[in-house]
Amino acid sequence: MSDTKSRNLPLSKRGLNFEMLMWIFTRLTALAMYALILTGIIGALIMGARTQMNMADVLRWGFMPNATHVQSTNVLDLAPWSTPFWKGLGSLLLLVAASHGVHGLVVVLDDYLVKPRQRQLVRILSIVFLAAMSIIGIYVIWTS
Amino acid sequence: MGLKRNVSLSTALRYRGEGPMLTFILHRIGGLGMVIFVTVHILASFLGGDGGVIANTIYENWLFQIFIFFCALFHAINGLRITILDLWPKLIEFQREAIWVEWAVFLPVYSLAVFVIVRNALGG
Repeated sequence: MSDTKSRNLPLSKRGLNFEMLMWIFTRLTALAMYALILTGIIGALIMGARTQMNMADVLRWGFMPNATHVQSTNVLDLAPWSTPFWKGLGSLLLLVAASHGVHGLVVVLDDYLVKPRQRQLVRILSIVFLAAMSIIGIYVIWTS
Repeated sequence: MGLKRNVSLSTALRYRGEGPMLTFILHRIGGLGMVIFVTVHILASFLGGDGGVIANTIYENWLFQIFIFFCALFHAINGLRITILDLWPKLIEFQREAIWVEWAVFLPVYSLAVFVIVRNALGG
Protein backbone atom coordinates (compact mmCIF):
# COMPACT_ATOMS: atom_id res chain seq x y z
CA MET A 1 0.00 0.00 0.00
CA SER A 2 2.26 2.77 1.20
CA ASP A 3 5.38 3.70 -0.74
CA THR A 4 7.22 4.93 2.32
CA LYS A 5 10.88 4.00 2.06
CA SER A 6 12.97 3.36 5.12
CA ARG A 7 16.09 5.46 5.49
CA ASN A 8 19.14 3.68 6.78
CA LEU A 9 21.82 6.34 7.09
CA PRO A 10 24.96 5.35 8.98
CA LEU A 11 25.29 7.06 12.35
CA SER A 12 28.30 9.10 11.17
CA LYS A 13 26.14 10.83 8.51
CA ARG A 14 23.20 11.42 10.82
CA GLY A 15 24.99 13.65 13.30
CA LEU A 16 24.72 13.35 17.05
CA ASN A 17 23.34 16.58 18.49
CA PHE A 18 21.16 17.37 21.50
CA GLU A 19 17.88 16.87 19.60
CA MET A 20 19.07 13.44 18.40
CA LEU A 21 20.02 12.49 21.95
CA MET A 22 16.60 13.60 23.26
CA TRP A 23 14.90 11.67 20.45
CA ILE A 24 16.59 8.43 21.53
CA PHE A 25 16.09 9.38 25.22
CA THR A 26 12.30 9.57 24.65
CA ARG A 27 12.26 6.04 23.15
CA LEU A 28 14.50 4.51 25.80
CA THR A 29 12.60 6.10 28.71
CA ALA A 30 9.37 4.71 27.18
CA LEU A 31 10.86 1.20 27.41
CA ALA A 32 12.17 1.94 30.91
CA MET A 33 8.69 3.00 32.05
CA TYR A 34 7.26 -0.24 30.67
CA ALA A 35 9.78 -2.17 32.82
CA LEU A 36 9.17 -0.06 35.95
CA ILE A 37 5.37 -0.12 35.71
CA LEU A 38 5.28 -3.88 35.02
CA THR A 39 7.49 -4.38 38.11
CA GLY A 40 4.99 -2.31 40.09
CA ILE A 41 2.01 -4.29 38.76
CA ILE A 42 3.73 -7.60 39.66
CA GLY A 43 4.36 -6.20 43.15
CA ALA A 44 0.69 -5.19 43.49
CA LEU A 45 -0.47 -8.65 42.38
CA ILE A 46 1.72 -10.22 45.11
CA MET A 47 0.56 -7.63 47.66
CA GLY A 48 -3.14 -8.04 46.97
CA ALA A 49 -3.26 -11.78 46.22
CA ARG A 50 -4.69 -12.73 49.62
CA THR A 51 -7.24 -9.90 49.80
CA GLN A 52 -8.36 -9.89 46.15
CA MET A 53 -7.17 -6.32 45.47
CA ASN A 54 -9.22 -4.67 42.70
CA MET A 55 -8.00 -3.40 39.34
CA ALA A 56 -7.90 0.30 40.29
CA ASP A 57 -5.64 -0.39 43.30
CA VAL A 58 -3.33 -2.67 41.28
CA LEU A 59 -2.97 0.01 38.60
CA ARG A 60 -2.54 2.81 41.13
CA TRP A 61 0.39 0.89 42.70
CA GLY A 62 1.75 0.05 39.24
CA PHE A 63 1.85 3.67 38.12
CA MET A 64 3.38 4.86 41.41
CA PRO A 65 4.43 2.33 44.11
CA ASN A 66 3.82 4.63 47.07
CA ALA A 67 2.23 3.29 50.28
CA THR A 68 -0.41 6.07 50.41
CA HIS A 69 -1.79 4.70 47.14
CA VAL A 70 -3.01 1.50 48.86
CA GLN A 71 -3.82 2.97 52.30
CA SER A 72 -7.57 2.49 51.99
CA THR A 73 -7.33 -1.11 50.76
CA ASN A 74 -7.38 -4.13 53.07
CA VAL A 75 -3.75 -5.16 52.57
CA LEU A 76 -2.71 -7.16 55.65
CA ASP A 77 0.61 -5.40 56.34
CA LEU A 78 1.88 -2.28 54.55
CA ALA A 79 5.36 -2.27 56.20
CA PRO A 80 7.01 -4.59 53.62
CA TRP A 81 5.73 -2.27 50.89
CA SER A 82 7.17 0.97 52.32
CA THR A 83 10.77 -0.16 51.94
CA PRO A 84 13.63 1.78 50.27
CA PHE A 85 13.27 -0.62 47.30
CA TRP A 86 9.73 0.53 46.51
CA LYS A 87 10.49 4.18 47.35
CA GLY A 88 13.56 3.97 45.11
CA LEU A 89 11.51 2.39 42.31
CA GLY A 90 8.89 5.14 42.70
CA SER A 91 11.56 7.86 42.65
CA LEU A 92 13.16 6.38 39.54
CA LEU A 93 9.76 6.18 37.81
CA LEU A 94 9.02 9.78 38.81
CA LEU A 95 12.33 11.11 37.43
CA VAL A 96 12.06 9.11 34.18
CA ALA A 97 8.39 10.03 33.64
CA ALA A 98 8.86 13.71 34.53
CA SER A 99 11.79 14.19 32.14
CA HIS A 100 9.97 12.27 29.37
CA GLY A 101 6.82 14.34 29.96
CA VAL A 102 8.49 17.75 30.19
CA HIS A 103 10.52 17.05 27.04
CA GLY A 104 7.26 16.06 25.33
CA LEU A 105 5.74 19.35 26.44
CA VAL A 106 8.67 21.25 24.86
CA VAL A 107 8.23 19.31 21.60
CA VAL A 108 4.50 20.14 21.51
CA LEU A 109 5.05 23.82 22.31
CA ASP A 110 7.74 24.06 19.59
CA ASP A 111 4.99 23.28 17.07
CA TYR A 112 3.06 26.38 18.10
CA LEU A 113 5.78 28.81 19.25
CA VAL A 114 8.19 29.55 16.41
CA LYS A 115 10.08 32.68 17.53
CA PRO A 116 13.58 32.05 19.00
CA ARG A 117 12.79 34.15 22.11
CA GLN A 118 9.60 32.16 22.78
CA ARG A 119 11.40 28.86 22.37
CA GLN A 120 14.19 29.98 24.69
CA LEU A 121 11.61 30.99 27.31
CA VAL A 122 9.88 27.59 26.96
CA ARG A 123 13.22 25.83 27.56
CA ILE A 124 14.08 27.90 30.65
CA LEU A 125 10.58 27.45 32.13
CA SER A 126 10.64 23.70 31.37
CA ILE A 127 13.94 23.23 33.22
CA VAL A 128 12.60 25.14 36.25
CA PHE A 129 9.34 23.16 36.11
CA LEU A 130 11.15 19.81 35.82
CA ALA A 131 13.50 20.59 38.72
CA ALA A 132 10.66 21.83 40.96
CA MET A 133 8.34 18.87 40.26
CA SER A 134 11.15 16.31 40.71
CA ILE A 135 12.14 17.75 44.10
CA ILE A 136 8.53 18.05 45.33
CA GLY A 137 7.66 14.55 44.05
CA ILE A 138 10.68 12.87 45.67
CA TYR A 139 9.95 14.76 48.92
CA VAL A 140 6.35 13.42 48.87
CA ILE A 141 7.49 9.83 48.14
CA TRP A 142 10.09 9.70 50.93
CA THR A 143 8.05 11.49 53.63
CA SER A 144 4.61 9.92 53.14
CA MET B 1 15.42 27.80 15.70
CA GLY B 2 13.40 30.60 14.19
CA LEU B 3 11.42 28.45 11.78
CA LYS B 4 8.31 29.88 10.14
CA ARG B 5 4.91 28.28 10.13
CA ASN B 6 4.28 27.60 6.44
CA VAL B 7 0.56 26.78 6.54
CA SER B 8 -2.24 28.80 8.11
CA LEU B 9 -4.25 27.43 11.01
CA SER B 10 -7.38 26.94 8.85
CA THR B 11 -5.37 24.93 6.30
CA ALA B 12 -3.92 22.85 9.10
CA LEU B 13 -7.39 22.10 10.51
CA ARG B 14 -8.63 20.99 7.09
CA TYR B 15 -5.71 18.55 6.68
CA ARG B 16 -7.00 14.98 6.58
CA GLY B 17 -4.22 12.64 7.63
CA GLU B 18 -6.47 9.66 8.45
CA GLY B 19 -5.20 6.90 10.77
CA PRO B 20 -1.64 8.07 11.46
CA MET B 21 -2.85 11.66 12.00
CA LEU B 22 -5.48 10.42 14.47
CA THR B 23 -2.88 8.53 16.51
CA PHE B 24 -0.64 11.63 16.44
CA ILE B 25 -3.42 13.82 17.86
CA LEU B 26 -4.52 11.25 20.45
CA HIS B 27 -0.87 10.74 21.49
CA ARG B 28 -0.61 14.49 22.17
CA ILE B 29 -3.92 14.68 24.02
CA GLY B 30 -2.91 11.67 26.12
CA GLY B 31 0.53 13.05 26.89
CA LEU B 32 -0.78 16.50 27.84
CA GLY B 33 -3.57 14.96 29.91
CA MET B 34 -1.07 12.93 31.92
CA VAL B 35 1.34 15.88 32.41
CA ILE B 36 -1.50 18.02 33.79
CA PHE B 37 -2.89 15.17 35.92
CA VAL B 38 0.50 14.19 37.42
CA THR B 39 1.42 17.84 38.12
CA VAL B 40 -1.87 18.57 39.90
CA HIS B 41 -1.72 15.22 41.73
CA ILE B 42 1.84 15.80 43.07
CA LEU B 43 1.03 19.39 44.08
CA ALA B 44 -2.22 18.31 45.76
CA SER B 45 -0.50 15.61 47.83
CA PHE B 46 2.30 18.05 48.72
CA LEU B 47 0.08 21.00 49.68
CA GLY B 48 -2.92 19.06 51.02
CA GLY B 49 -5.78 21.19 52.41
CA ASP B 50 -9.01 22.04 50.60
CA GLY B 51 -7.37 21.99 47.19
CA GLY B 52 -6.16 18.44 47.80
CA VAL B 53 -9.68 17.34 48.77
CA ILE B 54 -11.17 18.88 45.61
CA ALA B 55 -8.44 17.25 43.45
CA ASN B 56 -9.06 13.84 45.06
CA THR B 57 -12.81 14.15 44.48
CA ILE B 58 -12.13 14.74 40.78
CA TYR B 59 -9.72 11.76 40.48
CA GLU B 60 -12.16 9.41 42.14
CA ASN B 61 -14.93 10.34 39.70
CA TRP B 62 -15.53 7.50 37.25
CA LEU B 63 -15.70 9.86 34.24
CA PHE B 64 -12.24 11.17 35.07
CA GLN B 65 -10.95 7.62 35.50
CA ILE B 66 -12.24 6.68 32.03
CA PHE B 67 -10.49 9.77 30.59
CA ILE B 68 -7.14 9.35 32.34
CA PHE B 69 -6.99 5.61 31.62
CA PHE B 70 -7.57 6.40 27.95
CA CYS B 71 -4.65 8.87 28.10
CA ALA B 72 -2.31 6.40 29.82
CA LEU B 73 -3.19 3.28 27.82
CA PHE B 74 -3.30 4.92 24.40
CA HIS B 75 -0.08 6.84 25.02
CA ALA B 76 1.62 3.64 26.24
CA ILE B 77 0.52 1.43 23.31
CA ASN B 78 1.03 4.10 20.64
CA GLY B 79 4.39 4.96 22.21
CA LEU B 80 5.44 1.32 22.01
CA ARG B 81 4.54 1.27 18.31
CA ILE B 82 6.59 4.45 17.70
CA THR B 83 9.51 3.02 19.68
CA ILE B 84 9.52 -0.29 17.80
CA LEU B 85 9.19 1.34 14.36
CA ASP B 86 11.88 3.91 15.16
CA LEU B 87 14.39 1.46 16.59
CA TRP B 88 13.89 -0.95 13.64
CA PRO B 89 13.49 1.57 10.75
CA LYS B 90 12.87 -1.14 8.15
CA LEU B 91 9.46 -1.76 9.75
CA ILE B 92 8.29 1.81 8.95
CA GLU B 93 6.95 0.47 5.63
CA PHE B 94 4.29 -1.37 7.63
CA GLN B 95 3.24 1.57 9.80
CA ARG B 96 -0.40 1.52 8.69
CA GLU B 97 -0.64 -2.18 9.46
CA ALA B 98 1.07 -1.46 12.80
CA ILE B 99 -1.66 1.07 13.59
CA TRP B 100 -4.33 -1.58 12.96
CA VAL B 101 -2.50 -3.96 15.32
CA GLU B 102 -2.33 -1.14 17.84
CA TRP B 103 -6.13 -0.63 17.78
CA ALA B 104 -6.62 -4.39 18.00
CA VAL B 105 -4.62 -4.37 21.25
CA PHE B 106 -6.02 -1.11 22.60
CA LEU B 107 -9.75 -1.62 22.10
CA PRO B 108 -10.20 -4.93 24.04
CA VAL B 109 -7.99 -3.83 26.95
CA TYR B 110 -9.61 -0.40 27.17
CA SER B 111 -13.16 -1.79 26.82
CA LEU B 112 -12.51 -4.23 29.65
CA ALA B 113 -11.25 -1.42 31.90
CA VAL B 114 -14.20 0.84 31.03
CA PHE B 115 -16.55 -2.06 31.78
CA VAL B 116 -14.97 -2.54 35.24
CA ILE B 117 -14.99 1.22 35.99
CA VAL B 118 -18.65 1.64 34.96
CA ARG B 119 -19.69 -1.49 36.88
CA ASN B 120 -18.02 -0.11 40.04
CA ALA B 121 -19.60 3.30 39.43
CA LEU B 122 -23.04 1.68 39.30
CA GLY B 123 -22.31 0.08 42.67
CA GLY B 124 -21.60 -3.45 41.41
